[in-house]
Amino acid sequence: MPLRTPFHDSHLAAGARMVDFSGWEMPINYGSQIEEHHAVRTDAGMFDVSHMCALDLTGIDARAYLRHLLANDVAKLATPGKALYSCMLNTEAGVIDDLIVYFFTPEHYRIVVNAGTAEKDIAWMQMQLKGFRAELAERRGGSHAVAMLAVQGPKARERFWAAFPDSRAVSEPLGIFQGVEFASTGGDWLIARTGYTGEDGFEITLPSGEAAATWQKLVAAGIRPCGLGARDTLRLEAGMNLYSQDMDESVSPYEAGLKWTVDLKDAARDFVGKSALATRRLSVQFVGLLLLERGVLRAHQKVITPQGVGETTSGSFSPTLNQSIALARLPLDVAIGSEVEVEIRDKRLKARVVKPTFVRNGKSLI
Amino acid sequence: MNTPTNLKYAASHEWAKLEDDGSVTIGISDHAQEALGDIVFLDLPALGRELKAGEECAVVESVKAASDIYSPVSGEVTEINQAAIDAPESINADAYANWLFRVKPADTAKCSSELAALLDSTAYAATL
Repeated sequence: MPLRTPFHDSHLAAGARMVDFSGWEMPINYGSQIEEHHAVRTDAGMFDVSHMCALDLTGIDARAYLRHLLANDVAKLATPGKALYSCMLNTEAGVIDDLIVYFFTPEHYRIVVNAGTAEKDIAWMQMQLKGFRAELAERRGGSHAVAMLAVQGPKARERFWAAFPDSRAVSEPLGIFQGVEFASTGGDWLIARTGYTGEDGFEITLPSGEAAATWQKLVAAGIRPCGLGARDTLRLEAGMNLYSQDMDESVSPYEAGLKWTVDLKDAARDFVGKSALATRRLSVQFVGLLLLERGVLRAHQKVITPQGVGETTSGSFSPTLNQSIALARLPLDVAIGSEVEVEIRDKRLKARVVKPTFVRNGKSLI
Repeated sequence: MNTPTNLKYAASHEWAKLEDDGSVTIGISDHAQEALGDIVFLDLPALGRELKAGEECAVVESVKAASDIYSPVSGEVTEINQAAIDAPESINADAYANWLFRVKPADTAKCSSELAALLDSTAYAATL
């Protein structure tokens, strides 16, 4: 029996095509994936992300624990509601998962991890808790379950405010990667200016009992339901990694384009994987590919370069650029701007190496 | 699901239509286009290629996935639908008007038996 989110009935009512995603029954699209993609780039769309796992971390050592657990440093979080993207590494510096952590107080954080890795993550986090005075509580399933909804697009915030005018005063001042608690009639919400599409918008965490009514109000405000299909092409255009596809425990953040998320500023801070990161020899770089011929790049295609062979990690058709794009790991010496060849079935097609961000805020960066 | 009665269908979701000149037009079913989602690329067989019934000969790619196409009948590829190559999304709009390629069977009797072995509209609809 697949798991269902609090929005399940809303999806069916909206005509969703449902698929299994990491054991969860989730909408892949509600008709046209491309139209949903464009809605997010040009107007506003929303995604049910309740399959992701929210965890509350509380305790006197919560901050010290996260500084040990994560490659990015929560010490830089000072404003309540501020969010941080980080990798959680194993002792060999392989990526166990990527996650977002929200700061409320030095003794209270919210962590959101991927659906497919949640059990593994929680087991690892519990193991690392030894010696720290803090505890983790899962906010998925059960009476404390939350629903999560990403509302994304250039008009996402305006349309959200039209549906929930009372939330405007607290959520309008939010900067990027900043969240705020909002007391709705049904309980506490977390409204955060985060996302996974390369567009402006909010990610909203709310009591699961309010899910269906919230969904309906947002649809009435002109926000288009979008499935996992559009979510994937949007994040790919934005150059954002998908865990288990672009990275896993066999690669370090340096091999997945995530060096910027590893915080080494505090030399006194030791985190899991730090020593391995320092000694691991880097042989690959993480880049974007733009297909110069007709075809569609997919994950795990061979990339032939003068410096050696690489591999695509994600690929699809980019609805914004109207051509195919991919993320890839290539030999270190391949220059941005150079031409390579990708093996697709029995053909070799030309592609250009680019920085792995293709689209931001509706505009092509290529 | 839309399955016109004047066509024959393969279990792998291609349709075939015998034309008056003895050639066979091949496309994908409405069910196939819907399952694939937005189609963005067609890789069709080269003109002149000799196909055997059941041979993998083309690829239809949607945003979501690549799907192999098998020729329902044997014959030489005499035409490919350039309009569909230029606008692959037309197949999502009408999978029966927007065909993929045509073959000219060398052996009419063999072609008849290959077509007879395919599913009719009712039988195909029952598999969906």
